[in-house]
Amino acid sequence: MSSIADIVAFHHHREGPLLPILHDVQAAFGHVSEAAIREIAEALNLTRAEVHGVVSFYHDFKNAPDPRLILKLCRAEACQARGVDELVAIADEQTAIMVEPVYCLGLCSVGPAAMIGRKLFARLDRARLSALIEAMT
Amino acid sequence: MKVRISDDAAARACGADSIAAAFAQAGAAVERVSSWGMQWLEPLVEIEGVGYGSVTLDDVPAILGRRAKSIGPIEDHPFIARQTRLTFARAGKTRPLSLEDYAATGGWQGLVKAREIGPAAIVETVLQSGLRGRGGAGFPAGIKWKTVADAEGTRKYIVCNADEGDSGTFADRMVMEGDPFMLIEGMAIAGLAVGAGKGFVYIRSEYPHAVAKMEAAIRLCAHLIVPFEIEVRVGAGAYVCGEETSLLNSLEGKRGEVRAKPPLPAHKGLFGCPTAINNVLTLAAVPWILANGAQAYAAFGMGRSRGTKPIQLAGNIKHGGLFETAFGITLGELINDIGGGTASGRPVRAVQVGGPLGAYHPPADFHLPFDYEAFTEANGLIGHGGIVVFDESVNMAKQARFALEFCAIESCGKCTPCRLGSTRGVETLDRIIAGENVEANLALIADLSETMKFGSLCALGGFAPYPVMSAITHFPEDFVLREKP
Repeated sequence: MSSIADIVAFHHHREGPLLPILHDVQAAFGHVSEAAIREIAEALNLTRAEVHGVVSFYHDFKNAPDPRLILKLCRAEACQARGVDELVAIADEQTAIMVEPVYCLGLCSVGPAAMIGRKLFARLDRARLSALIEAMT
Repeated sequence: MKVRISDDAAARACGADSIAAAFAQAGAAVERVSSWGMQWLEPLVEIEGVGYGSVTLDDVPAILGRRAKSIGPIEDHPFIARQTRLTFARAGKTRPLSLEDYAATGGWQGLVKAREIGPAAIVETVLQSGLRGRGGAGFPAGIKWKTVADAEGTRKYIVCNADEGDSGTFADRMVMEGDPFMLIEGMAIAGLAVGAGKGFVYIRSEYPHAVAKMEAAIRLCAHLIVPFEIEVRVGAGAYVCGEETSLLNSLEGKRGEVRAKPPLPAHKGLFGCPTAINNVLTLAAVPWILANGAQAYAAFGMGRSRGTKPIQLAGNIKHGGLFETAFGITLGELINDIGGGTASGRPVRAVQVGGPLGAYHPPADFHLPFDYEAFTEANGLIGHGGIVVFDESVNMAKQARFALEFCAIESCGKCTPCRLGSTRGVETLDRIIAGENVEANLALIADLSETMKFGSLCALGGFAPYPVMSAITHFPEDFVLREKP
C-alpha cells in the first residue's frame, strides 16, 4: 500500500477502522503527518480534531519522522528488579539510534529485555546492550 | 531424532532461533513447540522427553551425541510436577499452529459440548465452575455472560482483553503464542453462550509475535468456529487500554479514555451493543470447563477462588516462569520453594504482586494464600497473577515514586484524581526523597492516596496508591533515611 488513500480504502469496511489505518500509515511513512490526519478525517467523516486526538493519545503514533533505528528498552518493575536501571546510562548516551522506554515486553523472568523491530533480546547486561547498539549503528 | 525447541517469545529472546537453526544444520529434525514455562532454562531443548537447559550453540554437538548434562525428564522436573495445569495442559507439548496437535490433545471438545447443551446450559456451567475474571477484577464470568445473554440487542460482541500490560505478567502472551486455538475455542463458546456473532482480540502492540500467531490461528480454524468470526486488533502503546471501557473506546477508534460505569459493557459495550469482555486467561479456561464439567473445575481452589490460577514468577527470581496451580498456595511457597529465592542470591526484600498497581509485600506476608479475598484483606491484590521479586538492593522510595510516575505517563486524563494526583504525587515523593518536611509530605501522600483510591474512575488511578502506601507502610526506613539534620 503506497498511499494514504489506499490504506484508508483497505480498512474502510472494518468496524472502527481508525486504529488499523493509523498503524499502517505509521508503518508506511514513519509518522502520521498533519496532511495524513486531514485526509483520514475527510475519508472517515471525522473532524481533524478527533483524529488528532487519537493520534496524540497513543505512544505508538509519532507526529514527525525519525530515520533512526529504535531500540525499545523495557523499564518496568520486573526489569528494574533485574538491573535495567544500570543500563539506562548506556542507552541515554546514544544519538545514532533512538532508545525508547517500553513498559513491559512480557519477558519478565529473563530481563532486562529489549526489542528492535520484532526481534527480542533478553538477559541484557552492559556488554550485551553495548554490542547490540554497536550492531545497529 | 526429533528435537523440540519452543518458539515462544521468551525462548526466542534467549536465543532459541539460532539454537534451532544449529540443530537443523546438524541434520536433526527440529519441531518448534510451545514453551514449558521454565523460563530460566530457556532456550530449553527437548529430545525424547529429556530436557537440556540454557543451551548455547557450543552445547549442540554434545546434546546430539547425548554426552551433555540433562535436567532429566521434563515432566518429572519438580517445577512441572508440582503444578496443576488445566489452562497450560498443552504447554511445551504441542505445536502452537498445528490443528492436528490441538485436536489430538482434547481440542474443540469444549465447543462440541457447548453446541450440544446450548446457551443457557453453557452459562450455567460457567457459573457453577466458579470461574472469576482472571484479568484482576475477579468478577464471576458466569454472571457477566448471563447479563450479556439477557441484554436486549440484535448485535452482541465478545471482546478478549489481551492488553497484558502489567509488568511481571506473561501468561496471556504464552496462551496466544503457545495455544492460540484454545483461546479461539473459548471465545467461540462465549459467543454461543451470549448470542454474539463476532469477537475481537485486542492485543498490545508490544506483543508482535502473539499478534502473528493469533492471526494465523484464526485463519487456520475459521471453518471450525463458523458462524462465529474473530478479528485481531492491535493496541498502540497505551497501558490504560487494559481497562475494559478504555479498551472498548480504543477498538472503536477513539482515544483510549475510560468510560464512566454504568452503563456496564454487558449492557452497552462495543459500539453501544451488549458486550462480554473477558481476559485471555478467563476465556482460555472455558474449553476445559465445558469439556470436563463445572464440578471438576470447582474442585480446585479455596473459598470463593475456584479453579486454578496461572501464576507468573518474575523479576529477581532464580526459577522464573509460568506456574499454574490451584488457588490457596502461599506466597512464600511460590517464591522460596518453587522460585528458589532470588536470582542474585541475596535475600528477598520486597515482592510486588499484581502488576504496577499491586502492593509491595515484605517477607512477613509470605504466609498469605494466593486467593482474591486474602490479598484484599492484606491491602493488596492478586491482579493478573504476576509476582515480581526484588532483593535487598531495592530502594522502596524509588519504587513508590515509579508507581506514580508510571500512573502519570499512562493516565488517560479523563478524571482529575488520576491525572493531577499522579503528577503531584511524584513531586511530593521527590521532596520526601530529598528529605524535605518528610513527615508532613508523607501525610500529604496518604491523603492524596485516599483521594485517588476513592475518586478515580478506574483502577489506574484507583490502585496506584497500593504500591505507594504499601511501600511506605512496610518499608518506612526507606522514606526517612535521607532526612536532613
